[in-house]
Amino acid sequence: MQQQKDIMIRVRNVRKKYRLGQIGGGTLRGDLQSWWARKRGKEDPNTLIGTDQRLIGTTFMALNGLSFDVYKGEAVGIIGSNGAGKSTLLKLLTHVTAPTEGDIDLYGRVASMLEVGTGFHPEMTGRENVYLNGAILGMTRAEIDAKMNEIIEFSEVGDFIDTPVKRYSSGMYVKLAFSVAAHLDSEIMIMDEVLAVGDMKFQKKCLTKMRQAAKRDGKTVLYVSHNMATIRDLCDRCIVLDKGKIVFDGDVDEGIAIYLAQKSQSTDFVDYSQYKRDNWFKRDNLRLQSARFQVPSVESIDHTQPLRAEYVIHAREEAQGVGLRFEVRNEVGNPLATSCLYGLDLHPGENRFTAEYDLRVLSPGQYSNYFTLFTLGEGGTHTVEDWVPGIQFRLVHTFLEGELEWNAKEWGAVELPQTRLVEQEHKA
Amino acid sequence: MEQMQKQYHVHYSPAKGWARVDFHELWRYKDLIWLFVKRDFTVMYKQTVLGPAWVLINPILSAAMYTVMFGVIAGLSTDGVPQTLFYLAGSALWGFFAACINKISATFTTNSAIFSKVYFPRLAMPISTMLSALINFLLQFAMFFIMLLYYVAKGAVHPNWAMMPLTVLLLVQVGLLGLGCGIIVSSLTTRYRDLMVVVTFGVQLWMYGTPVVYPLSMVSGMSRVLYVAMLLNPMTAPMESFRYIFFGSGQVSVLMWAISILWTIALLALGLSLFSKVEKTFVDTV
Repeated sequence: MQQQKDIMIRVRNVRKKYRLGQIGGGTLRGDLQSWWARKRGKEDPNTLIGTDQRLIGTTFMALNGLSFDVYKGEAVGIIGSNGAGKSTLLKLLTHVTAPTEGDIDLYGRVASMLEVGTGFHPEMTGRENVYLNGAILGMTRAEIDAKMNEIIEFSEVGDFIDTPVKRYSSGMYVKLAFSVAAHLDSEIMIMDEVLAVGDMKFQKKCLTKMRQAAKRDGKTVLYVSHNMATIRDLCDRCIVLDKGKIVFDGDVDEGIAIYLAQKSQSTDFVDYSQYKRDNWFKRDNLRLQSARFQVPSVESIDHTQPLRAEYVIHAREEAQGVGLRFEVRNEVGNPLATSCLYGLDLHPGENRFTAEYDLRVLSPGQYSNYFTLFTLGEGGTHTVEDWVPGIQFRLVHTFLEGELEWNAKEWGAVELPQTRLVEQEHKA
Repeated sequence: MEQMQKQYHVHYSPAKGWARVDFHELWRYKDLIWLFVKRDFTVMYKQTVLGPAWVLINPILSAAMYTVMFGVIAGLSTDGVPQTLFYLAGSALWGFFAACINKISATFTTNSAIFSKVYFPRLAMPISTMLSALINFLLQFAMFFIMLLYYVAKGAVHPNWAMMPLTVLLLVQVGLLGLGCGIIVSSLTTRYRDLMVVVTFGVQLWMYGTPVVYPLSMVSGMSRVLYVAMLLNPMTAPMESFRYIFFGSGQVSVLMWAISILWTIALLALGLSLFSKVEKTFVDTV
């Protein structure tokens, strides 16, 4: 028997540096101007006004000295909070960008699934897109020909394969795209949450396919996800990243526990005592000092359950009828929904209270929020007393049989109460 | 197992110094290059009213415009070649070269979405763009050739039939030159976006500095300095040779071709190394 395991991926001291602030002048004129100004010892005219001079030219280590090996047949889950370096690592492993320092060795062909359907063109038919997408992912025409029937069958698009994909439903589109990626002839599969596509049935099918690839076909799988359930299901090893470093490498359950502990520590509580308000807040009568969500993890809040939040407000003087707005925004910062708490009576010093929110109408997804303290004036006017960015959280939902999986892209972030059927007639 | 490992071992390391192009890898992706070409045509065919007809309408319109502007109004010489034919040849061949530069120079900016998600040899993109432009040219050439036969039958032009196979080499030269210039500009546009505007204008300016709407013979009679400038222009040789082959007119010399080929090699080499350097970390700057 072969004693030594076959190494598939070797990562040694990999660092990836990004420059913060301006990257190049962006225009030739700008670069020449800056260069001329520096030459004469004057201030660079292209410096953004108001930016901290120290920040310009400073760098950010997205990955700070990673080393690990992955062997044949291993399914490795990579987890970490946003900004931990997961995506950067995947980009390096899939050759999309080069490391700043260090070496990466891959001993096998790589199927990268950072995104499904890369290069799909809406005007082309499903079949044409399979050829193009397959070729982009590194397959030759002959290889695609050989797998075409398998791909079509797995994707469930059937006769629509010769229809332009612009006529596909988003579900069909994604299924076809995933099928191409899943049928790549490769020894190493690198995936970034692509399993979160399609309906539940299709997701299960994909997961089974992935598990088969790792366990039966001896492929090496690297999987990045926020979904701990699929990590637990698919992977037999887990790497936890934090701030560009590996903080844990080993058993899956242990890794997940470390990751969740790290998350809940860092993000369900915000302390505003040192937070610098914008200049326009002249008044400092009322200040929100801290906020905490009473949840096990802000990464998975069940939206059917009431959300409790604990606040500390510092007041300089007696204040009556104070309001607290809980403003929910989506990932890109667009306001979505707001809930108000009225009639708080505050006393000088620290005021501690707990409030409860009903977020049932918000669909599952990633959100952020703002807290605004206000006092009511006459005739419906109000004065903002304090305004601070809140907590990032993710609402999740456990789907029941006979329920749609919510598609926030098409239907919006608000899930209204279910429709009531009032009357139904039938004519033969 | 041992063999497979050797076969597929890849090593990624920081981008440093002048990069090399992996032609072996590029060859493995030849199907992809071809599919990109096919996609260009499918999309062009499906999104416009007249579809592929535009490929033919474009040079006809410019040839008509040149005939009026340079032939009738300015009265420039065409070395005795029928004006329509002369300008059609000029606008088609220059159109091929200009399309290479203009379209290839946008490689990184238009494909940043794909490039940031999946790896394939980035050179596949500009090469497929060049091939699309070549196919467009061949369609235009077919139209030109039919018109040429008409004038030959009338006895207005006398092509050098024996030289015609050399057209293939001529097209390879123009294509590679266009590719070289295009990838240089595309590499620079990742850093300087405003270069894109300059390119379209620059290519137009270059056209007037090349014997496209006038024959080289006209310049050689005018000034020595201008003539030398024309000799140094790498597009002069293909342009004049094209006329020599199909019209029996035009001035071609070995020196002219030597200069043109040297330019192509130099620009292509510079372009390839710039391009392969930029492609490694381009994703970080978009």
